[in-house]
Amino acid sequence: MRVLRLLFVFWRIGILGELSYRSNFFFHLFESVLELGTALAGLAVVFSYTSTLAGWRADEIVALVGIYFLVSGAIRLVIQPSMESLIEAVHEGTLDFTLTKPEDAQLLVSIQRVEIWSITDIALGAGVLAVALVRLGASVGILEAASFAAALVAGGVIVYSFWLMLATLAFWFVRVENMLQIFSSMYEAGRWPVSFYPRWLRFMLTFLIPVAFATTVPAQALAGRLTWQTLAGAFLLAAALLVMSRVFWRIGVRRYSSASS
Amino acid sequence: MRGLADIYAQQFKVTIASFLQYRAALVIWLIGHVLEPLIYLVVWTTVSRSTEGSVGGFTAGDFAAYFIVLMVVNHMTYTWIMYEYEYRVRQGTLSPDLLRPVHPIHSDIADNITSKLITLPGMLAIAVILGFIFRPAFHPVPWALAAFVPVVLLAFLVRFFVEWTLALAAFWTTRVSALNQMYFMAMLFFSGQIAPLELLPHPVRVIAFVLPFRWTVGFPTELLLGRLTPVQVLTGIGMQAAWLMAGLVLMRLVWRAGLKVYTAVGA
Repeated sequence: MRVLRLLFVFWRIGILGELSYRSNFFFHLFESVLELGTALAGLAVVFSYTSTLAGWRADEIVALVGIYFLVSGAIRLVIQPSMESLIEAVHEGTLDFTLTKPEDAQLLVSIQRVEIWSITDIALGAGVLAVALVRLGASVGILEAASFAAALVAGGVIVYSFWLMLATLAFWFVRVENMLQIFSSMYEAGRWPVSFYPRWLRFMLTFLIPVAFATTVPAQALAGRLTWQTLAGAFLLAAALLVMSRVFWRIGVRRYSSASS
Repeated sequence: MRGLADIYAQQFKVTIASFLQYRAALVIWLIGHVLEPLIYLVVWTTVSRSTEGSVGGFTAGDFAAYFIVLMVVNHMTYTWIMYEYEYRVRQGTLSPDLLRPVHPIHSDIADNITSKLITLPGMLAIAVILGFIFRPAFHPVPWALAAFVPVVLLAFLVRFFVEWTLALAAFWTTRVSALNQMYFMAMLFFSGQIAPLELLPHPVRVIAFVLPFRWTVGFPTELLLGRLTPVQVLTGIGMQAAWLMAGLVLMRLVWRAGLKVYTAVGA
């Protein structure tokens, strides 16, 4: 409950800050629509030559695109801006202000900045996902919907933990932003099912840069092709990464010496 | 002329020094340039596997050859000026450049060429590695190889002038990212980055013939792979020359108009 209240407060600050730049909303929307249009037009070209792609139907891949936009929108909404602020705070020594607050510091740094207009990506992604679901129709039952929701939660936790661990490296190294940028650009690969990629790349996209769990696995759940082993694996990995990132964060904070003062 | 050569030589040194300083940026840049063609290579290979071997005359090996060559060509003709100009205008860092007695485009060209010289060996190494993984069907034709050199040079110049001109939009608006994105979306489809143009619908191919995109990326790629007849190559070079002239003229006009509205906001 406290978490929700805090999230709401930062959310409000984000909105208030951006309300002075209202036209940004339309620019953001325009760019999101363009990006989505490109992705869908690319799909149209590919599927003009085949009806299924390595076992995936067109609507299933459209659903995957929707999930990709949803997740990348969530990253751009709160995870990425907050982690960038964290890195900056470690460099500048302003993390003191966060650490002295009577609330869990990891929670505070994780939601400290909200880039409100990224909500357009989330809305568009959800829209595309809804359209794909309607077209997939009867094949998506309660079971598929439930495992989809579960897979999406696990994927979200994995992505968050991974970002936090990368950003926590800022306690030791100076140029961590670069690593975040590499992650963002590799994330692009999640637009397509990872099973398309050669084995070495699939391995990278599953474990080194865990894109697969955030996009392909939930889409597999919708298509009814998710085995319970994969879902269990996703949850195990999510739990492990969540604990690991927490421990890593603690070690990092202990090292923090408020560089500026 | 000698003065200009000196300026270029000096810029080479500056760029090399700054690259040695920002090595990580280089890696990020390379990943971006490798990942996109790699994604489409994988997707089209999957398509050709789903359709028993061939898509509109392209086998998996043809796709591999196409996208690996495209990756190298795109890298050779790429510019990042559209991202940079907004910063220059907004922060006012353009002002000292204006005081110099040479046109600022020269330092940008020299900077671009130097960066390419530094990164090209890495790019070629990646191309070779991808070649071992994806087994491209690469059958070069000698005359096409020879024609590739001037064609890729023209492609670089066309892309440079067109993108440099578009980058000047920053003089009128500080919100160029929407414009840039429109440009890159058009680039994706009309230059052949998303798929070989032969595989796209007829109207797209007609538009691609008129616009500059194809002539900066897709055309040199198709040429190197020996997919073009001599007549097609000559037509292509004609289009490149036309766009080069258009780009030069537009660049001068827009530059002059832009300077009049430039107020060095940040300074």
